[in-house]
Amino acid sequence: MSETSKSWSLGRAFSNIFGSATKFEEITDETWEDLEAALITADFGPDITDSVIDQLRKDVDRLSITDAAELRSMLRDALEERLAAFDPTLSLKERPAVILVVGVNGVGKTTSIGKLANYLKKFDKKVLLGAADTFRAAAVEQLSTWATRAGVDIVKPEKQGQDPASVAFQTVQKAINDSYDMVLIDTAGRLQTKNALMDELGKIRRVIEKQVPIAEVLLVLDATTGQNGLAQAQAFLEVAGVTGLILTKLDGSAKGGFVLSVQQETGLAIKLVGQGEGIDDLTGFTPHAFARQLVE
Amino acid sequence: MATFGTLSQRLTDALATLRTKGKLSASDVDSTVREIRRALLEADVSLDVVKSFTSKVRERALADEVNRALNPAQQVVQIVNEELVAILGGEQRRLQFAKQPPTVIMLAGLQGAGKTTLAGKLAKWLRGQGHTPLLVACDLQRPNAVTQLGVVAEQAGAAIYAPHPGNTGDADSKVVGDPVRVAKDGVAEAKAKHHDFVIVDTAGRLGVDQELMKQASSIRKAINPDEVLFVIDAMIGQDAVETAKAFQEGVDFTGVVLTKLDGDARGGAALSIRTVTGKPILFASTGEGLDDFEPFYPDRMASRILDLGDILTLIEQAQQTFDEEEARKVAEKIKKDEFTLDDFLKQLQQLRGAGSIKKMMGMLPGMGKMKEQLDQFDDREIVRTEAIIQSMTPAERENPKILNGSRRLRIAKGSGMTVTDINQLVQRFEQAAKMMKTVARGGVPQVPGMGPVPGMGSHGGKKRTAKKKGGSRSGNPAKRARENAALAAEVKPATQGSGFGLDKKTDAQAAPSEEELTKIASMLKGNRLG
Repeated sequence: MSETSKSWSLGRAFSNIFGSATKFEEITDETWEDLEAALITADFGPDITDSVIDQLRKDVDRLSITDAAELRSMLRDALEERLAAFDPTLSLKERPAVILVVGVNGVGKTTSIGKLANYLKKFDKKVLLGAADTFRAAAVEQLSTWATRAGVDIVKPEKQGQDPASVAFQTVQKAINDSYDMVLIDTAGRLQTKNALMDELGKIRRVIEKQVPIAEVLLVLDATTGQNGLAQAQAFLEVAGVTGLILTKLDGSAKGGFVLSVQQETGLAIKLVGQGEGIDDLTGFTPHAFARQLVE
Repeated sequence: MATFGTLSQRLTDALATLRTKGKLSASDVDSTVREIRRALLEADVSLDVVKSFTSKVRERALADEVNRALNPAQQVVQIVNEELVAILGGEQRRLQFAKQPPTVIMLAGLQGAGKTTLAGKLAKWLRGQGHTPLLVACDLQRPNAVTQLGVVAEQAGAAIYAPHPGNTGDADSKVVGDPVRVAKDGVAEAKAKHHDFVIVDTAGRLGVDQELMKQASSIRKAINPDEVLFVIDAMIGQDAVETAKAFQEGVDFTGVVLTKLDGDARGGAALSIRTVTGKPILFASTGEGLDDFEPFYPDRMASRILDLGDILTLIEQAQQTFDEEEARKVAEKIKKDEFTLDDFLKQLQQLRGAGSIKKMMGMLPGMGKMKEQLDQFDDREIVRTEAIIQSMTPAERENPKILNGSRRLRIAKGSGMTVTDINQLVQRFEQAAKMMKTVARGGVPQVPGMGPVPGMGSHGGKKRTAKKKGGSRSGNPAKRARENAALAAEVKPATQGSGFGLDKKTDAQAAPSEEELTKIASMLKGNRLG
């Protein structure tokens, strides 16, 4: 199974292009074609693919490079440079630092919050979760399960289908009264095309901001997503004022290349990366490691 | 929302330049094919599929048949459409029923694809057809997935078999139950209690997770399902192919369900999965409500990609909600020119029952172009319209012509709107009445930015709307009848369909000349009145 599922990975694709490191191989038209295919297959999208290839072609001409192996390290550097153009650190200086987590359905918002809560708990922070996903069946229960696991407190809606903004309000209020350090607010998944639901998100944001400034609004993106990821980021940026990205499900065979165009188009940095269903499978984002994973 | 919105927009752009030219040159074809290739890649269609697709289109477009044709651009669209249909799977297939009930349906897919929600939709759909589905909760992995299925089952009015609470995050949560056993017991339970359908919800898993794939395969072996549905998010990117392959090897699914089609994702994965696995796409899931679920029609979807709209789906959906008797009465009224604001109000209210107007409009041809306006469109608009009409007296509703300044002011005050809103509504009503009249006579309504519908002509009954189709409002019944007959005739001629709903300009080549129209009109008039 792993053989087939990994067979397309960039590393494999590139090994065809670049051959073994020791043997010299000339850069041909075929090399470029394979490179394009590899980038497209990793979901970079046609625009970024063209621009990366243009850049590499220019560099190859300028430096008169003929060895395909050298092209590989150039590609890694080019990707890393593009990925590193934004600051991936979370800014959590406010007290309480309110983090609002948003995204489309099924990308892993609740799971990411559970992991993030656990992560913050390790730094001895007093963490409070707000279950403002009052829409999806059993979302509140799912979040409270994560709260139990991470050993943090949670504010739940008082009744079924309560206005999510009021849950967010109550959560922040409790955080202020009981001096919590961090507040993580879960929201219902919504497709960016649903105006009414997007407006609701704006309301949640405004309600929170009446009490404290929001430290981070994190948009969760699923690595298996294709080019629609950009449309998601743009819509959520506009409505909810997203400040950073969480990229989930990177433990699968998808590479999430679309995040590069998201970063470039919106200026939003990837701040966290989710790589599994375990409570510890959430890490910070390092452009170097990410680029290497893409290429090797 | 036009499902393949962005793709259809791209193809629209790609083909717009082509349409203006009389003949196709090799370079025309190449540049078009390049655009299509890019559009498909941006739509997340897998690279290999794109390659074979574009090469086929190019080959056929360059063949002689195109150059000899009257309208080559039309034929390129047709080629693209035909190839799309071929990839999407041609014929549709229905759900396979077991000879000996219960019919067992297993759901599998990645995390967050929408399996649990789909289980509810499927249950509700089956219940609507008089079946008694049992939902079996085998997702013991994700925290509270079992609870979610319970809620969904209740909403769908279906029974649930959930002997194991699954992962609830308690201290003993490490002891997750055995989904294989739950699945097996679930089927036995269904037999014992005479449920004729069993829907087995399983945990989300990644294609690369060997252990979980093995588990899914064991569940399959244990319950020997009649259908294994692979549930996949329409937003998925190039990974769709790898994931689909992994699931095909792992659980050997028999059909595919595409979810989250209500978003603006291009859904190119549909094309890829069908090509790579050869399995049909059975259902499309189009919203968060349990009713937002429909059979998947490959041919219609292909038409939708090409911005031809999905008139068939639209009609079908509308039919379910619209009371047919009522509809017939209204049609009669429209024909007789007796359509009033009261009827308009009723129609609006029924439309609201039919689901989001946006969804309906998204299926209309030419709407790809209007997508942005559509996005601005607010369902609440209907509520405001209702308020305005309800602030009118019965006499005013009957005959909007009596609405003078002071009446309009009163209505504005009564409904909390402005006089401008009232004016707009009256104007819109008149337009709508005109449009409906055209439809009632079997024509195709002319919405701005939307030409007549191509493709329909190939089935023989091509209808073309003439530019002027207001219908006579003449008070003289004889004159009105005459003019309306002429109008009906005008609608009829089977001319070369122009436009693809892409271009606002009239296609000089395809539009019949005035002379031709009169000729055909008089011919038809003879038939009709004689």
